[in-house]
Amino acid sequence: MTRRGVLTAGAAGAVAGGVPVSTSAERREMATMPVRFEVNGKRRELALDPRTTLLDALREHLHLTGTKKGCDHGQCGACTVLVNGVRINSCLSLVVQHQDDKVTTIEGLGTPEKLHPMQAAFVRHDGYQCGYCTPGQICSAVAVLDEIKRGVPSHVQADVTKTARPTNVELRERMSGNICRCGAYSNIAEAMAEVAGAKA
Amino acid sequence: MRSFTYERAADPVTAARAVAQRQGAKFIAGGTNLLDLMKIEIETPTHLVDVQDLGFDRIEATEDGGLRIGALVTNTDLAADKRVRRDYAVLTRAIVAGASGQLRNKATTAGNLLQRTRCPYFYDPSMPCNKRRPGSGCGAIGGYSRQLAVIGGSDKCIATNPSDMAVAMRLLDAKVETIDPQGATRTIPIADFHRLPGDTPHIETALEPGELITAVTLPKPIGGRHVYEKVRDRASYAFAIVSVAAVIAKDGSGRIAAGGLAHKPWRVEAADTALPQGAKAAATALLAGAQPTPDNAFKLPLVERTIAAALDTARSA
Ligand SMILES: Cc1cc2nc3c(=O)[nH]c(=O)nc-3n(C[C@H](O)[C@H](O)[C@H](O)COP(=O)(O)OP(=O)(O)OC[C@H]3O[C@@H](n4cnc5c(N)ncnc54)[C@H](O)[C@@H]3O)c2cc1C
Ligand code: SF4
Ligand code: FES
Ligand code: FES
Repeated sequence: MTRRGVLTAGAAGAVAGGVPVSTSAERREMATMPVRFEVNGKRRELALDPRTTLLDALREHLHLTGTKKGCDHGQCGACTVLVNGVRINSCLSLVVQHQDDKVTTIEGLGTPEKLHPMQAAFVRHDGYQCGYCTPGQICSAVAVLDEIKRGVPSHVQADVTKTARPTNVELRERMSGNICRCGAYSNIAEAMAEVAGAKA
Repeated sequence: MRSFTYERAADPVTAARAVAQRQGAKFIAGGTNLLDLMKIEIETPTHLVDVQDLGFDRIEATEDGGLRIGALVTNTDLAADKRVRRDYAVLTRAIVAGASGQLRNKATTAGNLLQRTRCPYFYDPSMPCNKRRPGSGCGAIGGYSRQLAVIGGSDKCIATNPSDMAVAMRLLDAKVETIDPQGATRTIPIADFHRLPGDTPHIETALEPGELITAVTLPKPIGGRHVYEKVRDRASYAFAIVSVAAVIAKDGSGRIAAGGLAHKPWRVEAADTALPQGAKAAATALLAGAQPTPDNAFKLPLVERTIAAALDTARSA
């Protein structure tokens, strides 16, 4: 068993407590479904059990392990990716819902040689410690600046008819769907402010 | 997650039939509530009918000066619509007070209305719950009930409806438009859409099996200051303990609806009438007949204070 295998088995055991878990026999008799979509600019075709989430398809089948699984229940944001340019939690979406969609993961935003401006800003501002939440934070951060530009309102706006400005309070509210166990929040907000400033 | 089959419906009647004809079939829209519950096998559909291709993704003006919001319009798109921000700001405010940016991008108008309770016992399969397993009892009554209902509950269930959007929809007298497997359409006033738990807490809405929501309509704008005050355990990304949606005119008259109190968004005509006399009078009318538990009795004074905060915001806006 690989280390990842052990980790997965451990996690499944923890969730099981009293909940009936589908057996592997049941899983084998399930028909797979074809999914065609674009991931980081590449056409991809998979045949998967319809239960497969977008997150698991990316990590387990396309081996794009930059996107992380934190809670698997929409509560942490570690799995945030962009679908057709819009951020979503890939753990709460079935991959079969994404036929013909264009998915961008952290691997598609930039590369070690050519970082996305937001990645570079996170490095400059120490926007992480352990790094586990970081891919989700960066995908979310990129989408937040776009949402502000497109006039998507937020809870902290005094006047929702106006277009928000990327103030610290705005950025923090809009990033509340990304939890950081290490508490890198203030540096993340600074990294975002720098990118927002550079754009403005 | 239990195994299921999946199809993408091409038209509404086919979708409605596909769900009506198969035991255990369900619609899936954004999936943010349904998949969450499927992962812990509280929902165990055998077949999913994906409604994303049905084209209900537009917001259009209606003949009587209101708006028709397609069932599939995302929470983000609804909150960001220029007409909604201008004429129905309480709806924008309620939506952006809920969930997170990522979730609102995926969540749909119909899915939001149909999201299930956040009662902790509903989520714990080792506990009795009449909503999850009819007849098994209610773990929350006599249990830990801090988040649960203070009014409109029954001796079978004291769950609350967790939606923020629904509170604003109730305030605005929205109507839910549906189509059934025979192709017949009907319109359900939002007041009659969500049910009280009574003896059948597992039946949550007026929808019949296979009945598909196609749109939600809003009557023409009512003017006034639009406010949504949400009290929760953290400043963002948490469900309401108590919330108040209000539209208040210059003379202090207006309407209020509350979330976090009951199995449905809570609105009482007498509370609207009492509004000009202030928060205390309005809260008293809104909460007439309340039966809180020792754990959640704190919600009663909190409602009054939240109404007071809403009135303050309306005055200073
Ligand atoms: C971590 C977290 C925090 C959240 N916080 C909040 C919050 O603070 N406030 C809040 O209001 N909400 C909150 N939510 C809930 C969120 O708003 C809902 O999950 C979302 O609105 C559901 O919409 P959906 O389209 O994804 O529904 P789905 O999950 O696709 O569907 C929900 C239900 O609706 C049915 N359905 C869908 N479309 C139709 C249709 N057209 N006709 C008939 N039936 C249909 C489905 O069969 C299913 O039973 C939170 C969710 C999460 C995971
Ligand atoms: S309050 Fe309702 S949802 Fe909660 S345990 Fe009781 S029956 Fe179940
Ligand atoms: S893994 Fe998706 S939100 Fe936590
Ligand atoms: S950097 Fe460790 S969780 Fe955010």
